[in-house]
Amino acid sequence: MQQVFRRPLSLKDVQTHFCPGCHHGTIHRLVAEAIDEYGVQKRTIGIASVGCSVFLYSYFNIDVVESPHGRAPAVATGVKRAKPDSIVFTYQGDGDLAAIGTSEIIHAANRGEQITVIFVNNTTYGMTGGQMAPTTLVGQKTSTSPYGRNQAKDGAPLRMAELMAQLEGVAFSARVAVNTSRNLFEAKKQIKNAFRYQVEGKGFSFIEALSACPTNWGMDPLRANERVGTEMCDYFKLGVFKNVENL
Amino acid sequence: MSKRLFVKGNEAVAMAAVEAGCRYYFGYPITPQSDIPEYLSRELPKLDGEFIQAESEIASINMLLGASAAGVRAMTSSSGPGISLKQEGISYMSGSELPGVIVNISRSGPGLGGIDASQADYFQSVKGGGHGGYHIIVLAPSSVQEMYDLTMLAFDLADIYRMPVMVLGDSVVGQMKEALVPHKRPETELPPKDWAVRGKGDGEQRVVKSLYLGDGELEAHNWKLHAKYLVLKEEECRWEDYETADAELVVAAFGSAARIAATAVIMAREAGMKVGLLRPITLFPFPEKAFFNVTQRCKKVLDIELNTGQMVEDVRLSVVGDAEVFFYGRPPGAGSLPTPEELLEQIKKYY
Repeated sequence: MQQVFRRPLSLKDVQTHFCPGCHHGTIHRLVAEAIDEYGVQKRTIGIASVGCSVFLYSYFNIDVVESPHGRAPAVATGVKRAKPDSIVFTYQGDGDLAAIGTSEIIHAANRGEQITVIFVNNTTYGMTGGQMAPTTLVGQKTSTSPYGRNQAKDGAPLRMAELMAQLEGVAFSARVAVNTSRNLFEAKKQIKNAFRYQVEGKGFSFIEALSACPTNWGMDPLRANERVGTEMCDYFKLGVFKNVENL
Repeated sequence: MSKRLFVKGNEAVAMAAVEAGCRYYFGYPITPQSDIPEYLSRELPKLDGEFIQAESEIASINMLLGASAAGVRAMTSSSGPGISLKQEGISYMSGSELPGVIVNISRSGPGLGGIDASQADYFQSVKGGGHGGYHIIVLAPSSVQEMYDLTMLAFDLADIYRMPVMVLGDSVVGQMKEALVPHKRPETELPPKDWAVRGKGDGEQRVVKSLYLGDGELEAHNWKLHAKYLVLKEEECRWEDYETADAELVVAAFGSAARIAATAVIMAREAGMKVGLLRPITLFPFPEKAFFNVTQRCKKVLDIELNTGQMVEDVRLSVVGDAEVFFYGRPPGAGSLPTPEELLEQIKKYY
């Protein structure tokens, strides 16, 4: 009998705490597949952040450092500079990366640190109960924007993948989604690209992965999945925004 | 190595870090500590080390966290306001049991305050400056030589106890030039860093973290940290005794204040008064026993600080019950550094 599908070596055989319909588990798997693909599990160090992504070490079978909220790119900088032969990635949510950690992500990227950043954008603070995030869409109701995000007062949602692409230090920046098979295969390809950039020493690579948060959006998983493809993809366009190999 | 040099205290810190094997420095410019990053930005690249001028104090301390988690000797330095910003990271490092050396060439405050010599960061340093309840080891040099010696010691203590160590100075000991006799790093037996992340290879997964959510886990973790603090109190208290054996009044002072106080004590002795000086070198662990022992006999302690009274609380908790503890201090700022004559008047007042 031929085995055609298996769990990536870099993922543990455990249940996750993620809610039904959440995309974190799928994104975890794609990251693990990329690590396996390049055979770097044994020298990979993950940097966990604060939020739903904090349990990285419970699900990935790799060494992990837990970072303070938003500081993962600075922690990753310290790890990578101390161990330049390791493969270092951060895994951060939107509140973590695009609000409290904006300074750390911009400057790590601008220095061109040889790390990979996986940025999961679900337009809300998931772990703390669905508050307004820097990526919450205009008009979106959350527990701290009960009347909907008001652009005049709250600003517009940040498009991080495009923003990162502007920085000289960034070698690769892409936005992906995992809401359909087609998007998932594209996401898999771009996450692999992001890791390949690091493995080949080509510089800082950034992946923004759109993700559903059915619990905090007050939707069932199917409706939440649909929202990723409609409302979110309308504002957060999928695509590769920078790829130095093509420049 | 036995050559006598004439260097600034801040340079002595940087030289000691290099000699101690520190090859990773992360920092942000702030007066009066900038000589440290300037020296290391020049020297570390020659040694295949890494110097990063970070975008912020917060990034600096987290780069230190990352490098320490990867098992290397690393350091950051700053001053008052910058150290406040680092407290989040220091709390995480404490919770994650990470070594690392943090130098505070403190400023006067609160707020932006000024750049004059100050001991107003005593509470912040020794009582756990960030959230969650923890301690770090705090060393208080009072000379350029001690800036060198205690920085070197800081790296060993950090590795032995797996916790952050702070060298707490100010602009007097940081900016002043004095004679320094550099020396080799002492041969100290250090525990293996079998907890550091390295890419797991064929071994077990390693995780550096401070989150403990399981039933009873966090309590157990805190008791473990607490037990280390008790060991520190037994094993690592350091202080200097000067003329305390027959003293009828003992002056307590640390760091730069102790230099001025020492002159005042000598003047008092010359005037025929039996006065001594007890100078804590470790502020945490605080040398409680030294104060307890000296006040078995001598019942008057005059605590002198460059603030309105911080270490005096620890002195009061340490002395024998019937000893009297007096305090003299001035809030730090331009023109507020006391003279030896001024301190001698205080000694006379309480003698």
